[in-house]
Amino acid sequence: MRIVGIDLGTTNSLIAYMDGQTPRVIAGRGDRAMVPSVVAMTDNGLIVGDPAKEHLVRNPAHTVYSVKRFMGKGLADVADELKYFPYTLSEQGGVIRIKVGEKTYSPPQISAMILKELKQRAEVVLHEEISKAVITVPAYFNDSQRQATKDAGTIAGLDVVRIINEPTAAALAYGLQQRTQGTIAVYDLGGGTFDISILKLKDGIFEVLSTNGNTHLGGDDFDHVVAEVILKDVRAKHSLDLEKYDEAMQAVRLEAERTKICLSDEQTATAVIDLPDGTGTYRKDFSRDQLEALTGELVERTLGPCRQALKDAGLQPSDIDEVILVGGSTRMPLVRRRVQALFSKVPHSELNPDEVVALGAAVQAGILSGGTQGMLLLDVTPLSLGIETIGGVMSTLIRRNTTIPSSTKEMFTTYADGQTGVDIHILQGERELVKDNRSLARFRLKVPPLPAGVPRIEVTFLIDANGILNVTARDIRTKQSQSLEVKPSYGLTDDEVERMIGDSFKFAADDLKARQLIEARTEADAILTATDKALKRGNHLIRAEELATIRAALSALEAAKKTDDHRAIRARIAETEQATHHLAEVLMDDSLKQALQNKKLSELP
Amino acid sequence: MDYGHDTTNKRTELQMARSMCWHCQSEVTGEYYCGQCVKVQPLSKELDYFTYLGLPRLLTIDTAALETKYYELSRSFHPDFFQNKTETEQQISLGNSALLNTAYRTLKDPIQRAEYLLNLEAGSAKDIRNSPPADLFEEILELQEDLEAFRSASSARDANETTRYRTKLLADREHLDQRQQAMDAKLAGLFTKWDTIQSRAPQPDALRPQKDDVLKEMRELLSNRTYLRSILNDLVATLEGGHADRRH
Repeated sequence: MRIVGIDLGTTNSLIAYMDGQTPRVIAGRGDRAMVPSVVAMTDNGLIVGDPAKEHLVRNPAHTVYSVKRFMGKGLADVADELKYFPYTLSEQGGVIRIKVGEKTYSPPQISAMILKELKQRAEVVLHEEISKAVITVPAYFNDSQRQATKDAGTIAGLDVVRIINEPTAAALAYGLQQRTQGTIAVYDLGGGTFDISILKLKDGIFEVLSTNGNTHLGGDDFDHVVAEVILKDVRAKHSLDLEKYDEAMQAVRLEAERTKICLSDEQTATAVIDLPDGTGTYRKDFSRDQLEALTGELVERTLGPCRQALKDAGLQPSDIDEVILVGGSTRMPLVRRRVQALFSKVPHSELNPDEVVALGAAVQAGILSGGTQGMLLLDVTPLSLGIETIGGVMSTLIRRNTTIPSSTKEMFTTYADGQTGVDIHILQGERELVKDNRSLARFRLKVPPLPAGVPRIEVTFLIDANGILNVTARDIRTKQSQSLEVKPSYGLTDDEVERMIGDSFKFAADDLKARQLIEARTEADAILTATDKALKRGNHLIRAEELATIRAALSALEAAKKTDDHRAIRARIAETEQATHHLAEVLMDDSLKQALQNKKLSELP
Repeated sequence: MDYGHDTTNKRTELQMARSMCWHCQSEVTGEYYCGQCVKVQPLSKELDYFTYLGLPRLLTIDTAALETKYYELSRSFHPDFFQNKTETEQQISLGNSALLNTAYRTLKDPIQRAEYLLNLEAGSAKDIRNSPPADLFEEILELQEDLEAFRSASSARDANETTRYRTKLLADREHLDQRQQAMDAKLAGLFTKWDTIQSRAPQPDALRPQKDDVLKEMRELLSNRTYLRSILNDLVATLEGGHADRRH
């Protein structure tokens, strides 16, 4: 069974496969391999990718982009960046919900729509059904974010056989394609996230020594900085607050992105915005120096994690043999200069930084299916895992940068006689106090009623090769394992995922049907009202049998409107239009005559 | 203090006891795979890390050999290679890999290696210290006072006092770093001492009194070192104005 590799990006997504021993990305129409991670829910159905991107400005409230920023998060986590998102967000069960029209979607559901598009694209090119995939995530993604990504795959009908880290995927692609060896640093600055990973490549083993990053720093943030300048300037020059216009905000954001990209090759670029309500066109010139001054601080923020990763690997910058650049944002000359200065090495970018992660995912797919031999990736967990102990302090069980799979056992007992449960709160993070770390999940251990301290329940915390936590418990006295109901703090429950899988199949068909019905009824209403009006004005202008035909058509349309059959409604609309055609002409002539009568000759054109 | 030898012997026995294939019930002759049905076998949880990674129970190790063995075993057990196997085999691969990773991480780091050896040979790694060791008492006390003064000066935004105490803390840090280096040198000496005795008498019971003397000294030293490390971490965190990182 073939396994594909998918890079599910903030801005763009790609799908790749192994063609023999060579990973290849799959291009869609127009030979473009990148699918913009944009989903538009239009009147004509669900649209994903390039065509959806066009809807960002036309129909922002129904077009979802950068959904990766919401994966595995609660509403409070994204409060400071809601300004650019035109859709309404809410939270339910610790999961963000995105309201589009009358429906709400969880981020994994939106991501699933992108995955389905990629899956279909691969099926068309490879002429086979695709059901298994390796999906990449930022190395610094926490457990909730990884689980959300896995859920997205499940909802899309994909068996996610492995979640792998984006920078390590890139390393796999370089290792296979460029025969890279030695100690390497992968600097991955994408649309929404930043990762740094230090690896040792030796004899086909890709051993990750350390990883660090920021899951909330990427190209989007660079765009926002440029957009802010435009917004402020428009306010000053035109006394116009564009933040009040959803469409204009998206136009500004996209133009900021285009200007930024342009400045990677050119020294100057002009941002052009059509101002709302036809008040004209706004232009602003940007120089590369200006962009670099604006974004310097953001680039600087990537260097701290780089130093920490080096420190955790026990290395100095001079110990790094090669530096690899990944992600579209590494095309910025400023980024390249900073990275080069930090490692004192000219960074590599032989493989297309937009495609290399997907290629690496395909290589990992090849390893898993047995087709690619001799290579093995040994990755690490990016964040320390622990549990809450007395006094709101986190007790670390598995430290960050531990090679996965990794497991640890903890023994739990009771404090009170007859106590029947022990509550366990699982956390991820590097800080001392529970409140400063990320809550992952909670569960309750069932304990037989016994004197305090007698029960002995052994809990195994295992981080699997996906970097996802699995918890199991066993009563040492009875040797019985118990099933745990682990409640995620920021994730969908299994039941919710199940329901969403069902929904996703129905959605596509149902959504379209429902929309077509609503549209047909709306149109029928418009015709009925218009014809009614026309008859009042013009019934004396037409013959009796024509009037009867029109009345018959109208009642047939009224009847059809009450059914759920949009095709029947459409047919009756067409018949009504046919029947009223002559009436419309007659009315037109009549109103023209009246108009002429009411005007002086000199006023006529 | 009691250094029971039972643990070591029990471990060896249990390791020998693992001999029946979970799948075909035939006797397992190979190390990690059944000789009959070639199914992967779960590693005994009692298998000690040295044996697992093919190393003698010494404190000075051949790190290149350790890495080679680790890579070799990773290629045998990693879940990547069990994708198309049964659920049971996948679970075994996961368990074996997790154990392998822990074993490798433990033996690669000299301090963790020593603590692990102590645990194997003498039951517990070290005493958890809550008070400073006697020969560090004065210095730690002074450091605590300096830390306190530095924190209150910086929260009162008294620039002069802050600078004064920062300079003092930097000197303290240098001094404690030297103390740690001295400890590490002493520890290296104990490593050699252990290795010499152990190479001469690898049997658990042979030269037991001599072994126990070295272990006792090592336990004391490791406890002091851990205490010193946590003080140093706290000091570095205060100086950098960041949050205490609990890694050592």
